[in-house]
Amino acid sequence: MIRRFAATLAAFAVTGFARVVTGVRGNWIGCTPSPEPRIYFANHASHGDFVLIWTVLPPALRRQTRPVAGADYWQADRVRRFLGRDVFDALLIDRDPATRTNDPVTRMAEALGAGQSLILFPEGTRNTSGAGLLPFKSGLYHIARTRPEVDLVPVYIDNLSRVLPKGEVLPVPLLCDVRFGAPLRLGEGEEKDAFLARARAAVVALSAKPGTAVADGAGEARP
Amino acid sequence: MTAREQTIALFLGIAAFLTLASAIGLVLKRRAGAGPSPGIDNLNARIKAWWVMVALIAAAFVAGKAGVIILFAFASFAALREFLTLTDTRRADHRALAAMFFVVIPAQYWLVYDEWYGLYSIFIPVYVFLLLPIIMALRGDTTRFMERVAEMQWGLMVCVFCLSHVPALLTLPIPGYEGRGLLLIAFLVLVVQSSDVLQYVWGKLLGRRKIAPALSPSKTWEGFVGGAASAVLLGAALWWITPFTPLQAAAMALVLALLGFFGGLVMSAVKRDRGVKDWGRMIEGHGGMLDRLDSVVFSAPIFFHLVRYWWVP
Repeated sequence: MIRRFAATLAAFAVTGFARVVTGVRGNWIGCTPSPEPRIYFANHASHGDFVLIWTVLPPALRRQTRPVAGADYWQADRVRRFLGRDVFDALLIDRDPATRTNDPVTRMAEALGAGQSLILFPEGTRNTSGAGLLPFKSGLYHIARTRPEVDLVPVYIDNLSRVLPKGEVLPVPLLCDVRFGAPLRLGEGEEKDAFLARARAAVVALSAKPGTAVADGAGEARP
Repeated sequence: MTAREQTIALFLGIAAFLTLASAIGLVLKRRAGAGPSPGIDNLNARIKAWWVMVALIAAAFVAGKAGVIILFAFASFAALREFLTLTDTRRADHRALAAMFFVVIPAQYWLVYDEWYGLYSIFIPVYVFLLLPIIMALRGDTTRFMERVAEMQWGLMVCVFCLSHVPALLTLPIPGYEGRGLLLIAFLVLVVQSSDVLQYVWGKLLGRRKIAPALSPSKTWEGFVGGAASAVLLGAALWWITPFTPLQAAAMALVLALLGFFGGLVMSAVKRDRGVKDWGRMIEGHGGMLDRLDSVVFSAPIFFHLVRYWWVP
């Protein structure tokens, strides 16, 4: 009971803080918010990435949208365990195939089956190069094959890596933007590499600021 | 009339005017029918935002000097974040950026609160101007060094230094005008913003010949002349809240309208350079904080110094 209350309070504090620091707004370019189970897949440059996505979702959707995250990070100490389990209700994945007891794709499919949406970072790790996107890992393809009826929504998180670069403690309050593109699904007979390239290109396409020319194909954000 | 009565009369006048604008917006919307009509919807969003902005300024006026200074400190904060979001900073700039938000803005506005003219008028153009590049050089990242430093300096000058001259008007000891500094701020903001609005209105009604098509498609000669002339008339009509005679008030209003116009033009050029239409979307219908303040930023320091030169012994 107290734990539940603390989690609600913490969620309020976290989203409030994210709003104050980054002035973030959701920019639904290719779709609108929907309670259907979905997978939001986004670029990953900062620990705050899924907090921003979570913040711009309507509160009703926020409750049923779970980030998929590495168990090693979110179980490292008590604060993170509280945040990961009670506040964000993260779907924790053991990143090491040697030690894990159940298949991540199965667990994701179960969550979708229970009506939950997921936030996924297919780059697999934080991209700290400051430009472009890393190649996508294959998890997105496997879950798309397992649950072909689920919409896959590309998301681009703009500027957060400048707000809090790796190794800095104090955030700089620059404006961030979360852009949602048009949903994708796995095509009939579409190969893994082709699908992952198409999914990645959908995120890259969102990296250009609306109303400006699309950044070059390599996925360079505006320099 | 006492300063208090004048302030109340002024805000009642503004409220009456906004009520009229809201009524016109409502009639236009009803005549346009139920469907979306972007032009009219934007007009109504703008009018609504004006109500909010006027209410905020009124609240700050009630709180007095501290309230106004805090209001403009937050405006600087919002403007600077919009400006820096569009600059090409690098990871090595992080400390310098943090210092701009968390040290320079509070320090500048504290100096204004402290009425320390000798320091707030040179703090950014001298001390920060020299210290900021030192901090950045110590980080050792020389890629586009001069560009990065110059963009940050520009951001601070425009969004913090220039804007802080609005509340700094409170610190001017004008003989016979004691305790009325808030009304001088009201005069500045009212004339500059009305000039913007009236240029927009005249431009919509009569605008034909574009002044600077490369910078701004909406600025026309008809709008500019009509708007500036109306702003001069408004400024003259507001002489009773200023230390000026009606003629002096008209001349000041002309200076404000001209600088405000060119401020808008310069900031448009920056936006064009960065490929964006608006600075942000903080203010519904208007865009960002800087979209609303570009004209104030350019007119406030010069207005401040003209008043200081001629009216402060």
